[in-house]
Amino acid sequence: MKKRNYNLIIGLAVTGFFLLFAVVGQFWTPYGATAMNSLAVNMAPCAAHPMGTDNFGRDILSRVMNGSGSTFFVAVCTVLIGAVCGTIVGAVTGYFGGWFDNVIMRFNDILLSFPSILLALIFVSLMEPGRYNIILALGILFIPSFARIVRSEVIRCRELDFVKSARIMGAGSLRIIFAHILPNARVSMLTAAAIGFNNAVLAEASMSYLGLGIQPPEPSLGRMLSEAQSYLFNAPWYAIFPGITIILIILGFSMVSEGLRALQD
Amino acid sequence: MKFVIKKLITLIITLLLISFLSFTAFSVIPGDAALSRLGKDATEEQLEALRDKLGLDDPLPERYGNWLSGAVRGDFGESYRYEGITVSSLLADRLPVTVLLAVTSLIMILIISIPLGILSARFSGKWIDTVTNQLTQIIMAVPPFFLGMILTYVFGLVLHFFQPGKFVLPTENLRESVRYLLYPALAVALPKIAMVIKFLRNSVISEMKQDYVRTAFSKGNTDNAVLYVHVLKNALIPVITFLAMVAAEILAGSIVVEQVFSVPGLGRLLISSITSRDYPVVQAIVLYVTAVVVIMNFVVDILYQVLDPRVKTV
Repeated sequence: MKKRNYNLIIGLAVTGFFLLFAVVGQFWTPYGATAMNSLAVNMAPCAAHPMGTDNFGRDILSRVMNGSGSTFFVAVCTVLIGAVCGTIVGAVTGYFGGWFDNVIMRFNDILLSFPSILLALIFVSLMEPGRYNIILALGILFIPSFARIVRSEVIRCRELDFVKSARIMGAGSLRIIFAHILPNARVSMLTAAAIGFNNAVLAEASMSYLGLGIQPPEPSLGRMLSEAQSYLFNAPWYAIFPGITIILIILGFSMVSEGLRALQD
Repeated sequence: MKFVIKKLITLIITLLLISFLSFTAFSVIPGDAALSRLGKDATEEQLEALRDKLGLDDPLPERYGNWLSGAVRGDFGESYRYEGITVSSLLADRLPVTVLLAVTSLIMILIISIPLGILSARFSGKWIDTVTNQLTQIIMAVPPFFLGMILTYVFGLVLHFFQPGKFVLPTENLRESVRYLLYPALAVALPKIAMVIKFLRNSVISEMKQDYVRTAFSKGNTDNAVLYVHVLKNALIPVITFLAMVAAEILAGSIVVEQVFSVPGLGRLLISSITSRDYPVVQAIVLYVTAVVVIMNFVVDILYQVLDPRVKTV
């Protein structure tokens, strides 16, 4: 009997739900995401404001919807940068090998041994904090992990028969890498991407919490949490809802990656 | 021995590379350090004098040499932000706090995750394993700073076990300091505890499939004897390498969590120095932390070789 892949199903459902939630939040929110209302400050969740309001009377649900959009945007862009560059680096080094491979991989290992948040902090301190610099910093930081995964897949396939026959039939190196080898690596690449999303969401939230990520007035979940901290006692809902949203988004991605890994075995 | 020397050479090259990168990165950023220190009202002569004093006009290699020789002796110059205060004295106040925080959370990780990981592997597939699996997956999804806020709310604001925002320096009263640090340490440790449990469980389970385990069973050993006498020794080896990574993550986690609990450690200094563009301090902290990470990896590589002779010298 085939066991159903609950991780993948639930993970995809959760991720899909929040993606929808975030996309809708870009076009429509119950209230304006930055609209203040001095008559409704720090209101507990009620029918008009399902997640309550913050210290400026802004509707938390609207801000969470809008802020998760930024979260997804940053995550998608960073994973794209990491995946595209990482695939190229990994494929080239893995396929051709040699001293170039040695040097790049040594450098890769050094980068990988550092916690990404520290490197992102250094990066942002060199540039200005802001949405696009966060994407650039995190994207570059994700290159090594993708490169390593793609490289090991390429090395595994390099000497297999189907690659040999493609070579005999006169296929060029580029064609072999992209048309023959990489399609075989798609599951590991997808798994890596899911883990990448997971880390990107976490890193963006931490950076924004520290005030070095997305800048106000643009809503961001991490930033909301840092503002909520002063009102933790009087308005705990201000912290709870953005926090739970981050947790569920990350949980969704991590379940997808677990599910994909189970698919691989 | 050859292995150790080879690794040592790599270590030195890596450290030099890191010092060079962290120096040049902060030297090529646009903006005049002298101007940002003296403000716009400074006269050209004052600026010139300060540039001369800081050696800003010297060629880059010379400045790097000076900086490095100072850094090796623990002298990183003066802070831009605090007039007349050396970077090393700023660090000296914060370093013990962060070290204490990191050590506390490392101890928590070891005490909690190793028994749970073994238990989870011992009863793999049973309810205790399923529950731990689900719990670890959820805990790993919680950002450390949000965990810190939950702990502040529950233990600080509701139960009054500690007073949020109040911190006692370890040099004043070590016991009080540790008592306060328990909560930030827990916030740093929990996600890593989940990671280590998962890693150890998988390590034990894959070790259980080895031939020598079957031999041990066929000689009439019980489940417990095989696990504790034969398997564990081998299964813990990869965990040690993993712990080096975890230790690096602890440092990273404490940067964020120090902010949540207002712990006056290196992390808070780093963040405030980044926001106020106090580059000598940022440079020094970056160099410190990266050096710790690299040296830790080196030690673990050597340990690994000693513990597991099967590892071929690469």
